[in-house]
Amino acid sequence: MAFLTFDTAHKPRQSYASMAVLLAAMLVFPFVAAQFGNSWVRIIDMALLYIMLALGLNIVVGFAGLLDLGYIAFFAVGAYLTGLLASPQFAALLESVISYHPALQDAIVATFGEDVRTNGIHLSVWAIVPLAGLVAALFGALLGAPTLKLRGDYLAIVTLGFGEIIRIFMNNLNDPINFTNGPQGINLIDPIRIFGVSLAGEAGSKATVFIGGFGMPSVNAYYFLFLLLCIATIFMTSRLQHSRLGRAWVAIREDEIAAKAMGINTRNVKLLAFSMGASFGGVAGAMFAAFQGFVSPESFSLTESISVLAMVVLGGIGHIPGVVLGGVLLAALPEVLRHVVEPAQQALFGKVLIEAEVLRQLLYGLALVLIMLNRPAGLWPSPIKEDRPVAATDKDEKEEGAVA
Amino acid sequence: MNELILNISGVNKRFGGLQALTEVGIRIAPGQIYGLIGPNGAGKTTFFNVITGLYQPDKGKSGGTFELDGKPYSPSAPHAVAKAGIARTFQNIRLFGEMTALENVMVGRHVRTHQGVFGAIFRHAAARREEAAIRARAQELLDFVGIGQFGNRTARYLSYGDQRRLEIARALATEPKLLALDEPAAGMNATEKLALRELLVKIRQAGVTILLIEHDVKLMMGLCDRISVLEYGKLIAEGQPAEIQKNQAVIEAYLGGAH
Amino acid sequence: METFIQQILNGLVLGSMYALIALGYTMVYGVLNLINFAHGDVLMIGAMVGLSILRLLDSTFPGLPGGVQLAIAIVGAIPVTMLVNVLIERIAYRRLRNAPRLAPLITAIGVSILLKTFAMMIWGRSPLPFPQLLSSEPIMIGGAVISQTQVLLLVLATVAMFALAMLVEKTRIGRAMRAVAENPRVAGLMGVDSNRVIVATFAIGAALAAVAGVMWGANYASIQFETGTVPGMKAFCAAVLGGIGNIYGAMIGGIVLGIIESLGAGYIGDLTGGFLGSHYQDIFAFVVLILVLTVRPSGIMGERVADRA
Repeated sequence: MAFLTFDTAHKPRQSYASMAVLLAAMLVFPFVAAQFGNSWVRIIDMALLYIMLALGLNIVVGFAGLLDLGYIAFFAVGAYLTGLLASPQFAALLESVISYHPALQDAIVATFGEDVRTNGIHLSVWAIVPLAGLVAALFGALLGAPTLKLRGDYLAIVTLGFGEIIRIFMNNLNDPINFTNGPQGINLIDPIRIFGVSLAGEAGSKATVFIGGFGMPSVNAYYFLFLLLCIATIFMTSRLQHSRLGRAWVAIREDEIAAKAMGINTRNVKLLAFSMGASFGGVAGAMFAAFQGFVSPESFSLTESISVLAMVVLGGIGHIPGVVLGGVLLAALPEVLRHVVEPAQQALFGKVLIEAEVLRQLLYGLALVLIMLNRPAGLWPSPIKEDRPVAATDKDEKEEGAVA
Repeated sequence: MNELILNISGVNKRFGGLQALTEVGIRIAPGQIYGLIGPNGAGKTTFFNVITGLYQPDKGKSGGTFELDGKPYSPSAPHAVAKAGIARTFQNIRLFGEMTALENVMVGRHVRTHQGVFGAIFRHAAARREEAAIRARAQELLDFVGIGQFGNRTARYLSYGDQRRLEIARALATEPKLLALDEPAAGMNATEKLALRELLVKIRQAGVTILLIEHDVKLMMGLCDRISVLEYGKLIAEGQPAEIQKNQAVIEAYLGGAH
Repeated sequence: METFIQQILNGLVLGSMYALIALGYTMVYGVLNLINFAHGDVLMIGAMVGLSILRLLDSTFPGLPGGVQLAIAIVGAIPVTMLVNVLIERIAYRRLRNAPRLAPLITAIGVSILLKTFAMMIWGRSPLPFPQLLSSEPIMIGGAVISQTQVLLLVLATVAMFALAMLVEKTRIGRAMRAVAENPRVAGLMGVDSNRVIVATFAIGAALAAVAGVMWGANYASIQFETGTVPGMKAFCAAVLGGIGNIYGAMIGGIVLGIIESLGAGYIGDLTGGFLGSHYQDIFAFVVLILVLTVRPSGIMGERVADRA
């Protein structure tokens, strides 16, 4: 990893070179991977979404030091909001409102038009994405507010509780008013349409997207969109990190009492951490819903929260390149396992001893334990600051002598 | 009354069965170096914590009066106190260990600056100007306290004396009217104490009033304009160093006497 | 009224299990300031081992009375869970005693995942049926029904809690536990080997979890590798409700939470005008947790946490 650096402040040329190389590789990737089948690109599409989640969680856990075990709730909020406002689901909701409160239903139909009754609401991506970000940010503040005075472990459990509460609501909010369609989830969610081009391809085109005569598989189109969003996320979180706000977050993480004594309104700054982190989760959720075409409560359980946390922790808490690395490794790993390990076992032992799913869990658990015991800062932690004395040597004494 | 930079009276604080402070007050004129001494456990740090908002004073008779530079301030939250103009250091040094020295002082500028999310992400001209100003001022302060060349060093790895200086620089970054120092000379040798003394005089010359808790009586006598003495949570003496040194009650408190 | 008594009875049964599990959480938190995230999975291991023992008994000594089988299952499960918990402490937590709070919590999550995975590998992924060992003839109390298994659970829980109280108050090791829970450093200066005390704490918690696990299986007739997760989290909420670190708090907290959940599930429909149904039962524990931490963080009986200055 030594040749790859992103420290623009101290090593600008090497950093920008690294970024350029990486960008080139990323742009070429889908066309290369397509040789091995679309599934690899689809895997990376999901990985990109998870990397966005990890970067968002990194604000909360990495910068501000607030252990959030229920982060997936914001992913769910974004996804379900999209499900409600970009699919026929709203029509189903209206139907359920009839029996409950007919006047309300009439009011809604009057506002949105008769169409709503049969087709639901279909907002465009330009409306959904900011909305998802905003609503998720709101939830972030809401769920963060009760946790402000809690110490580490309690904070973790309470956030876990909130994650579970959100999931339970998503699973049950179909009666009497059908918001989420319960355990079945919401189907037929609109794919993303940009400037009239649907990223899922038009009907009958076998999921091929045509941009000005040039055709590519739908998964590739989504790939470039998600890559763009990922880069934007990296950009924004990096800017946040190196700013007055970012310093305030780290100050709270390092010593909350001293931070308060220096005039930082820790309550507001913590709420900002939750909100900002949540907003990225919400946007990723909206993308997820559109990409997959359906959402169901199973995608938003504690296991997912822990997966995202694992990406942050294993990659390098607080260090954006590390978090991206963690995201890539842990998102791609299950698929690699599935494609490699099972056939390997088949070849070696004649049968599958350990299923890929089980092996994945095993490696997850081992990774968490081993990393915390041996490399608690993660695989790719923040580089050591310059001018740090490695050992008490003559160098320090000479410096001291020069000062005194 | 308006001539006082800090005017506090009637502070009571009880912890369970222990009455830590009883009707304690303090009056400091601008530009003074004011000392607070007393045997261990007398309540000096507790008093500090109350006036800087870390502890809440008991309701008692009136809950106490708190005035900074003639205006009442509410010691309800530490960040509000810092905003009003009191900055403090801690007995056990509370630096942001993983940040560099420069970054530590830059955090001190937080309360006097205001760029938020928008400025962070978009870095428009005003935001860039503010950030540059923060950085410049922080470096100035590091130079002022004598550790200018350690700006890029992670705070955790500074020497003990330098860490104390850094904490002072960070406190000064908040542009305080009153700088409250909790045992800044603890653990220092004679040379370091002399350097600290010079720094405090320099700070006073720059227009910041200083309130400090210290155990080194000799240092205090030579440095402070006025001194208050606490014992068992009560003020037992107040005045100029020479008077304090001769005060019978003070002598007994330190050396033991008829109790 | 009958429904009310039934709910209370159900609540007591549920609450006793929560109490047994909560004790494990609270004791460990009392001495280490650490949430043993994996404790719920220790419960599950206890249940699984118990089931395996029952199957073994069934094939080698068929015809044993149900109560005896249960007793053997519990007695057999206890050493296994003790070993597991002690190993977890030794391997995963001991080195991180002085690390920042994030590290042991994440390690605990990792351990939890590992335990679930091992259970998956050994016992498979599908739910396993727990045999019906005691007579299914219900006992009537004031119009409400309770099964023999549930009565046994109540009895076992009461006995276990009483025994623990005696241990903590009257024995040497109990005094040592209380000393380490208050101030490990000073306890060490007084000659208490805090490592041994901590190991004992983990072992005792595991034993209680084994009892709770086997009885959980007997009561709900089905267990799975995921079985321990949700009860574990709820039991932690119960421990906080009662006062973390406080053994009597865990007992009271467990019972109270069980009753709250039971009553809540029964009446929530009426309370919210039909908007929320009994499916929302699982959120009660978390709502209680949030309320407690917001309004009275020290819990019903007051917390007792180590002075780890």
